Amino acid sequence: MKIDENITMHQQDMQKVSVRQKVVKILVQVALYAFLILMAIIVLFPFYWMINSSLKTLDEYRLSVPTFWPHVVMWENYVNAFNTANLGRLFFNTMYVGIVSTILSLVITVLSAFAFARLEFKGKNILFAGLLATMMIPGELFTITNYGTVSAWGWLDSYRVLIVPFLVSVFYIYLLRQNFLQIPNELYLAAKVDGTSDLKYLWKVMIPLALPTLISITILKMMGAWNSYVWPNLVTRKEKYRLITNGLRNAFTETTGDVNYPQQMAAVALVSIPLFLVFIFLRKYIMKGVSRSGIKG
Amino acid sequence: MEVTLQNLTKIFPSKNKKDPTEVVAVNDFTFTIPDGKLIGLLGPSGCGKSTTLYMLSGLQKPTSGRIFFGKDDVTELTPENRGVGLVFQNYALYPHMTVKQNILFPLQNLKGEDKLEKEEMLKRAYETAKLVQIDELMERKPSELSGGQQQRVAIARALVKMPRVLLLDEPLSNLDARLRLQTREEIKRIQRETKITTIFVTHDQEEAMSISDLIVVMKLGVIQQIDKPQAVYDNPVNLFVAKFLGTPPINVFNGKVLNNELYIGEEKVLKVENVADQEVIVGIRPEGFILDKNGPLSCNLSNVEVMGRDVSIVSTNPNSQNPIIRSIIDADNEIDHESEKVRFSLKPNKVFIFSKETEKRLF
Repeated sequence: MKIDENITMHQQDMQKVSVRQKVVKILVQVALYAFLILMAIIVLFPFYWMINSSLKTLDEYRLSVPTFWPHVVMWENYVNAFNTANLGRLFFNTMYVGIVSTILSLVITVLSAFAFARLEFKGKNILFAGLLATMMIPGELFTITNYGTVSAWGWLDSYRVLIVPFLVSVFYIYLLRQNFLQIPNELYLAAKVDGTSDLKYLWKVMIPLALPTLISITILKMMGAWNSYVWPNLVTRKEKYRLITNGLRNAFTETTGDVNYPQQMAAVALVSIPLFLVFIFLRKYIMKGVSRSGIKG
Repeated sequence: MEVTLQNLTKIFPSKNKKDPTEVVAVNDFTFTIPDGKLIGLLGPSGCGKSTTLYMLSGLQKPTSGRIFFGKDDVTELTPENRGVGLVFQNYALYPHMTVKQNILFPLQNLKGEDKLEKEEMLKRAYETAKLVQIDELMERKPSELSGGQQQRVAIARALVKMPRVLLLDEPLSNLDARLRLQTREEIKRIQRETKITTIFVTHDQEEAMSISDLIVVMKLGVIQQIDKPQAVYDNPVNLFVAKFLGTPPINVFNGKVLNNELYIGEEKVLKVENVADQEVIVGIRPEGFILDKNGPLSCNLSNVEVMGRDVSIVSTNPNSQNPIIRSIIDADNEIDHESEKVRFSLKPNKVFIFSKETEKRLF
């Protein structure tokens, strides 16, 4: 009997302890999520404001006390924005430049990373150090010389001027080379014995193994193309070659000098959609790429 | 496939410019590996055994000398054209491919007349997988396999294209002790079934002795001895080979030969023939001692280790090169654990005499 009582008391003690642990755990969770929600609101507010503004009339937009929900929902803003800014053309141009430059850039990056990681040739290390040294120079400094070069070649107002100057990214080469270097040498030797050529080894073994890095590079490159502003603004004058960021800047300035902000916001919202989708579906790879570049870049 | 090495030499140039000494990894190897045998290249690390293997596979080019597979001179052939299978120490499986894809990979790379139909490839992959008993694991990734299973996949991948020669680089070193015993039997079985000439590299003498048809003992790029495992053990050509083979290791004493008598210290331990009077090194296998109250060799008893079937006597002698002498005798012998001295007589066929200068075998 005595022993039984002892056991029940012990169990009660245990239960008390576990209840206290549970309460603490829940409190910590609540605090954590409250913090996360607060941060999420701070991050998401601009997006909300963009969509909110894009659905207002110009008059409502100009109210001194901003409204948090449009009185009249102006879906027409989106249609108008698309037509006024000639968004179709801008989308096409940007996609075209983005896709072509990403593909070419990937080919260049993969081949040069392979050469630096796997092949033996004279001056390899010096060449690589030289390439890395160019990363020290801020990108803006290239702009002027690059502009001089392309205008001397008569490349202004063309697709190639938007694509070619940024095909080689030392950073991506470096990133991928580091990734390739982590692939053990034995795999290369094994593949040799198994009868592959260098290129086939690259295609069949290295690229699949480095796929996460390659996807990261693709996303970063596409986003870079999508967001680029200074260079395209500088080298294109004709509407035909305008990219989205430049197009948006000027499209909504009316003859009076006023800017139709709700329409501009609608256009901006439209333009953000592809990036938003990319982020939703590929965020795993974006995070990987960024964290990786954080360690090694 | 008979494999012949002819004056095979590999010199690695010095990488350090201030110190231009070259490394001779493999020095003038000449030997023939008979068809369908399992050969162990045995030696301590840095003896050139892996380099020899890599030269056989074509991954490294010999500095001079030639390699023949049968009558074909393959010295200039690249690895992909040489028709060898190679199993790496860490297996080097392609991590992103399933077991099946790994095994199929060498077949998919075949070109020209060797090219196979898809069904034929699959058939051969499954046959090979069956041979090494991994046919149930074909859809797994290498990371989902145990070390022993990965090992089998690596062997299957090397075997599937029916290589002329199978090369194994330290095939058992990444396995735990129990699996090692099991896998070495397995390698022996696979080799017997396929009858492919197999060359494997190891630094573990027990491993080499247990499965090889022939052992090649190497040291610092030079072949010391090539023979059947038992013959190498019973008749080492020099002190290095004697020391390298056998567990527990051979006991080594300083001694001398005088008037056809072998002395260890002042004790006349054995009659010998045809050895000129000189200072010598004496090697005695642990099983070469006989417990004998009137035996010629006296040692200071320090410990007796009972192992059931037999007994290991640990003793010391001022002339021993090692701190202790370990002798293994039958458990039936009665040993006085308390006594300070122990006396042995010796089995002549377990005693080897080496020249003090050249360390070559004299007797």
